[in-house]
Parts: sequence; C-alpha cells; structure tokens
Amino acid sequence: MVIRLAGNSQDGIQAVGGFLARLAGRSDQDVMTYMTIPSTISGGPSIFQVRMGSGEILSAGDRADVLVAFYQHSYENHLASLRPGGLLLYDADHVKPDPARKDHTAVAVPITTGTVEAVGGSAKEKGKNIYVLGLLARLFDLDVPKLAQLIKERFGGKSEDLVRNAMLAFDAGYAWPAGNLRDCFFALEKTAGRASARPQVTTDGNSALAYGLIAAGVRYGAGYPITPWSSIMETLRAELPKYGGIFVQAEDEIAAVSTALGFAYGGHLSVTGSAGPGLSLKMEALGWATMAEMPLLVINVQRGGPSTGMPTNVEQSDLFQALYGSHGDAPRVVLAPRNVEDCFYIALEAGRIAREFSTPVIILSDFSLSSRIEAFDEPDLPKIMADARPDLSPRGADFRPYPLDGRTRHAPPGSVIHSGKYPTVTGLEHDEHGHPTGSPALHVKMTAKRREKIKAVAATIPAPEIHGDDSGDVLLVSWGSTWGPVREATDRLRTAGAKAGQLHLRHLNPLPPGLAEIFGRYRQVAVVELNDEGLYGFGQLATILRGAYALPTIRSVTKTDGLTFKVREIVEGVGKLIGLPNPAVGIKQESSLAAARG
Amino acid sequence: MSAPAAPSVPAAPAPYVPVGGPDRAPVTKKLLTADHPTWCPGCGDFAVLACFYKVLEKLNYPHEKVVTFAGIGCSSRFPYFVNTHGGHYIHGRALPFTAGISLGRDDLHVFVFGGDGDGFSIGGNHLVHTARKNVRLTYVIMDNFVYGLTKKQTSPTSPLGFKSKTDPTGSFDQPINPMRTLLNSGATFVARSHATQVQHMTDMMHRAALHDGFSVVEILSECVEFYEGSFDAANPRKGGTWQTIDLKKNDGSPEDGARHDPGDEVAALKLALEAWPGKFGVFYETKRPTKNALEQNLIAKAREKTKGASDLQLLQNTFARMR
Repeated sequence: MVIRLAGNSQDGIQAVGGFLARLAGRSDQDVMTYMTIPSTISGGPSIFQVRMGSGEILSAGDRADVLVAFYQHSYENHLASLRPGGLLLYDADHVKPDPARKDHTAVAVPITTGTVEAVGGSAKEKGKNIYVLGLLARLFDLDVPKLAQLIKERFGGKSEDLVRNAMLAFDAGYAWPAGNLRDCFFALEKTAGRASARPQVTTDGNSALAYGLIAAGVRYGAGYPITPWSSIMETLRAELPKYGGIFVQAEDEIAAVSTALGFAYGGHLSVTGSAGPGLSLKMEALGWATMAEMPLLVINVQRGGPSTGMPTNVEQSDLFQALYGSHGDAPRVVLAPRNVEDCFYIALEAGRIAREFSTPVIILSDFSLSSRIEAFDEPDLPKIMADARPDLSPRGADFRPYPLDGRTRHAPPGSVIHSGKYPTVTGLEHDEHGHPTGSPALHVKMTAKRREKIKAVAATIPAPEIHGDDSGDVLLVSWGSTWGPVREATDRLRTAGAKAGQLHLRHLNPLPPGLAEIFGRYRQVAVVELNDEGLYGFGQLATILRGAYALPTIRSVTKTDGLTFKVREIVEGVGKLIGLPNPAVGIKQESSLAAARG
Repeated sequence: MSAPAAPSVPAAPAPYVPVGGPDRAPVTKKLLTADHPTWCPGCGDFAVLACFYKVLEKLNYPHEKVVTFAGIGCSSRFPYFVNTHGGHYIHGRALPFTAGISLGRDDLHVFVFGGDGDGFSIGGNHLVHTARKNVRLTYVIMDNFVYGLTKKQTSPTSPLGFKSKTDPTGSFDQPINPMRTLLNSGATFVARSHATQVQHMTDMMHRAALHDGFSVVEILSECVEFYEGSFDAANPRKGGTWQTIDLKKNDGSPEDGARHDPGDEVAALKLALEAWPGKFGVFYETKRPTKNALEQNLIAKAREKTKGASDLQLLQNTFARMR
C-alpha cells in the first residue's frame, strides 16, 4: 500500500509521515512504513510517500495506490503517479479534478473546511495534515490511542491548546465517513503481533550505522566532513565521549585515516569514513593497513561520481575502488548493507572480521540508505555488544606479530613482550618480527599470507540464500541498497511467469562460497546495480563476478540517473535479457519462456 | 649410598624482566638496541640515535610504554634501531598517526622521528595542525636540507642555489624556515640543535620529552653523501660558530636582562629570523591545555551527565528513544 501525500512543504505533510513511521515502531499491528523525501525541499510543492503493508517493505514503491492531493498543482503534477484503479482523495476546497479521467476512483474530501470547522477560526487551515492523518487512520484502521499519544508527545511541549486543536482536527478527519472506501478498495488484514515480539525502532541509515559501530566496540575514530558521510561523524563525535572514547575531526582525509590507524595500533577498534572522493585520498594509508595487517573499519557512503559528481544522489560506483583502489597486491574485505536495519548489523559483522583477521574492512553504504528512515526490530543489545577494551596482556617469549604459520595478532604498546624484543609494525615488506626484508622468498610468503587471510574470511560467511526459484530462467544478483527493489522485481517476474530467484551479496570481497554452483542453475544471471555498464558492457559487480567465475551467462542491468531503482526498471531490464515479452503487464508468459528454455 | 647425580640441564637464558619505571631495573642502552642502523658512515643520524638512547635511560619510563614511530625517509628508519614498541608509517603522515596513538592511549610516551621532506613538505599540513591542537608527543626532525633516500633532490629546507638532481643549476624556491613555521603553527615547545653537539642535543630531546604538549626539536643532521659540509657554519671544528640560546634564569642579575625568555613568542620569532646559521636551544616553550587533556575533559563531562551508565545501558537508552 503506497500513499503519496502531495501539497506544499508548509502543510506539514512530512509530519504525517513521521507519525506513521513512529506508529509502525510502536504498533502491535503488522504495519510498516517506509518513506522517501525528495531532496532540496525548501518551501513550495512537496510530496511525501509512505508505504505500509503487512509484510516486508522492500522499496518506496513505484506507483501510489492512494494519492492525497491538497492543491490543484498537487493533483495535476502527481496524478500520473497513481496506479490505474487507485484512489484519489482530494481537497474539495482547492482541487477540481478532470471529470473525463475514469481510470481511478476520485473522492472529494473537505480537508480545508473540515479542518477549519473542527479547530475553529483562529487556526485557519493549520492542522490539515492532522485531519488527513485522522482520515488515513480511519481508512487503514490504524491504532488511534497510539496516534493520539504520539500527537501529545509531539505538541505537548509547546502548549495544551496545540494538542487540543490537533486532536480536534484528527477526530474530524477520523469521523469523515471513509469506512466504506476501505471496504471497497482495501481489505487490509489485521494480524496478530509480530513474530519477534520485539519493539520497533525507527531511524535513518547513517544513525543505524553509527550506533552499529558503537555496538561493535568502536570507541575511537577520525573523519573529515563530506556529504553524505558527515552525519555519522557528527553522531560519533557527540556519542563516543559518553562511552569514554574520542572522535577526532582531522585536518584532511589522509590525516583522518592515519589517526584512525593510530588508534587501531593503540589496540582500539577504530573507524574512519567518507564518501567516494575521500576514500580515494585514504588509499595509500589503506595500503599500509593491508601491509601492516592493522584492523580498521572504513565507511564509504557512496554518492554519484566521479569527482564531486552528484553529491546528493545515490550510486554504487565505488565498488571497484573499494576492492582495487590501493597500490600493490592489497586484498581487503568489502561489505555492503542492504537496508537501514542492516546498516546496524553490517557494522557488527565488519567489526568481527576486522578483529578476527586483523584487517581493514570497507563498508559501502550509499546516499539512499544514509538519509531514509525505516522501522525495524529493536536490536537485542545484551546479546551482541562487543567488548571494546584493548588486549594489553603480556605476550609470550615466542611472540611474533607476523607469524607465517598463523594469523597476525598485534600486541599494542603497553603490552610486555616476554622475549624483551618489542615488535615493529610497518609498511615495508617484513619478516615475522616486523623487521624490514628485501628477501624475494619472504615477499612471496607474506603476500600469500595476506591473500590467504582474506580468502579465509569466506569460510566464516553464511551460504547465501536464494529468494524465489532456486533454479530456472534467471538469477537476479543484488548488492547494497538495491536489495529491496530487486526482491520485489523477482516476485513480479515470477508472477509474470519467469522462473526467477534473487541472490543478495552482503559480502563483496571475499565472495561467499558456492556461487559458481548457484549461478550454474540458472539460464541467465542478471547483476542489478546502480553504476555504469563500463567499456565492455558490464557493471562493476558483474565485471568482478565474470572475472571470478568466467561464466558468459552473467549479464548486467545498470543505470546512472542517480535515483534508486524502480521495480519496473528492473523487471523491464531483466525481462529483456531473458526474453520475457512484456513483464510489466504481469500476464503469464509461460509459452514464450518455455520456448526460450528450450 | 651416594646421592643420585643431578641431571645436567643446559643453563636457560635469563628470562626478560620488564624494565623502567619505579620498582624495576632501569632501562639500559643494551636493552634499547635493535637492528644495526642502515645509515651511511658519517651520517649525523647516528648521533641522534645515540642521544635518544641516553634520553630514554634518563627518563626511565616503563619500557613497554615507550613508542617510537616514523614516516618515510633515511631518518625515518629510526624505529627499527630502537627496541621499543613502534613502527614505520607512510610518507609524511607520521604525525596524524601518532596523534591517534597519543590520544587513544594517554598512558604511553610517544616519540616521532622524521626528516625535512616528511615534516615540512608532504607532511607540512599535518605539522601545522598537530601543533595547533597541541597533541602530547615529541617530534624530532632530523633536517639535512636534502632528499637523501631518493638520492639528492631539492628539499623544502634546501637553501637557495643548492644544486641537486632536480635543480642542477641551483634551487630557486624559497626554503622553509622551520623555527618560524613551528612558532606560527602554535607549537608549544620549539627547539633547535645540531647533530655534532651531543650534550646539547641530548638536553634538547630530554626537555622536549618532559614538555606536556606538542614538542619539536629540529636537529641539523648532515647528509655526508649528498650535502657534505651543509652545517659547517655552525660547527667550530669546521671553522663555524656555535651559538646557544642563553635562557633567562630570573635571578635578578644584570646579565639576565639580555637572556632569552622562552615564553616570549615575539623574541622567539626574532631568533627564528636571525641570519644563517642562527642560534641553537629552546626558542619557545609555553603551557597550553593539550588536546589529550581537553578530550579527557569532554569525556569526564559526558560521563558526569550520563551518571555512570554502562555502555550497554547507554545504547539501550538510545534505542528506547527511537521507539
């Protein structure tokens, strides 16, 4: 269920979305919301899209099921976003709909007069948003006492009058006879409580990532401001002192990664982060981190590139630089979160790998995840909080920082080494004690040690799950924030008659084991990603997968408009690859597919 | 009956017992010695290393709490020759790296070594910002006025007219004045010494180590391979003049009026602007809160507000507010 509210930014339609999001977090009903905020809203026409449902919400939704139009311009500009057969609710006081349009149901609601009458003359039109909230509450059978509580919390600090007026507007909207509409159009099932029975929390991706880092045991870090990473460093700068930690705003990106590595050398799990251009600046230091085998978490909130590019748009075009951006043979771990909730858990996974394998780990988030708000189960913190203390225990007389027959475990300064020989940590090729060597044989062995270490990470990654058909016409491969739209596209392709599955990669380097076998079960493998098709016709992950598995069935669906994927775009792109004549229509195409399957 | 013969066991090497600090055996040069230095015979850096051992003996910090780090260059090989925790970072970035060590681990004693290219060229920006932030660490710049590791290119401190592989007809870019740069950046301890003056150099490094804040010693350390005779003007054995800075004793004596007050920034700048080879000693020393202390203060205030809540409780409270 997608509801688009279209009005002017001063009408407070975003507040309605906020209430719905909070309600989702507190609701016993299986209701979720999901919203997108068009960038650069500064007065004037504005929209807010809310998606609610009784299952997983995967994307912001391509087309609205319900459009609420506050003004004539809202109606005219956004009617195209309403799906055929959808419901238009328009303010009878401001909108004159086109009577010739028959492809949707148009219902006049006296939003303005209803609000003015309910609240009284002094408030004029203010409260229209709350009136609409009441209307939606009735339409979708939302939890009224909880909404009332949220309204109280929101306005209670200001004055009692405000709360009273807001409740009058809400009640008026709720009292408008919308119940029959609900019966006609939307039989939204009421379900029992969520299976997990955990409270819901709502937050944005950058906050989830910042608090995930804290849960992972990060108490130290350094950064330099850049959109869309900055809010993570702002959160950490404010939060870490409470945990006894320090976040340094450095003089530049190189100083930021260097200071973070200094924290790591001191025995702390530490973080640095940036967007694409800043990650490029950090590359030499990351090469050192690979050579010195220093654990470090590196966040890259991707935006449109190259250079300053499209700083407030989404793109997944930093995968190559995350994997290959350094000099020398420098394999490293790269992960990507799939949604806001996963921004929290990916930080824990990155922390685990960084510590266990003493290696830098890059997390590729993106602009769309950074700012969007989602509701998810409150994390079970007592179970997952990592110990943040450095290990300063004495090391035995046989201590070697770089053992050839084992995994590197650094002894931070302050730890007594029982041999009396203190280790050096270095970017020069070195022997097992960290002392420089020009030995060709040792360079061969140490290069292999660093490579095998990263390969060994793969054995600790769970086997990827397939959503949908586990063999057949096409496997859609997604990574990062395209997870939701790709999953939905997979479902639609299946509805259209294709045998389709989805494989989502959270671990991009090393890749999880078993992919070649999985890929072999499908006629085509369509890698869906937000980057360019490149010189040879393949997006960045597609290129990596072709290189790794040498399968000609691996194909690419890409785009570079700086916007998140619409489900329709994926369905069409993949449909073309597999020869599905008109997948968007959603009619079964068994015969043509059967022919293609041969 | 004779007693059974004692089994013959080869004598085990004496186990290492941690040294340094109170109630422990003192730190010794023997324990501090590590790899044999790779420098050219006659290089000034040998003397700096010998003096650093002496300074560590004097300071007698717990051995395991001393950290020796460096960037890239001939002089930056230093940490391999000192048996303490330490290492070798990338070119020019040793200061932000060691700032992380110092801020993250207030219990450590951090010494950073590097050359003029590392400190004034590629790492120039970091020098300025580490100075202004007053991060607690000691930075020794072994200045030889030339890029030695890469075999004779012009350095940011090469004097005008210096003939190098990158300036075969003589350099014409205005060189950096290290003392002036450090003073202008807000460094809280600024000193200058010469690698042929062992006692002076040891004294300067020792004072720098005792300073609570960002302390820098520039040591003129001759590169005998690529810039022989560069510092003869300040070496009496080569016909030069060695002039040290007399520091004020505040003893009320008439001659004390002419002595240098290290807290006087303008007087320090005047010293920095003196003609080559200038004077040697403490140019400037002042007390200003360190970033280390200010960050700890921020932590103390934050913890006061949260009333001793555990990490788990703090994060749980945050998520409770997101419900």
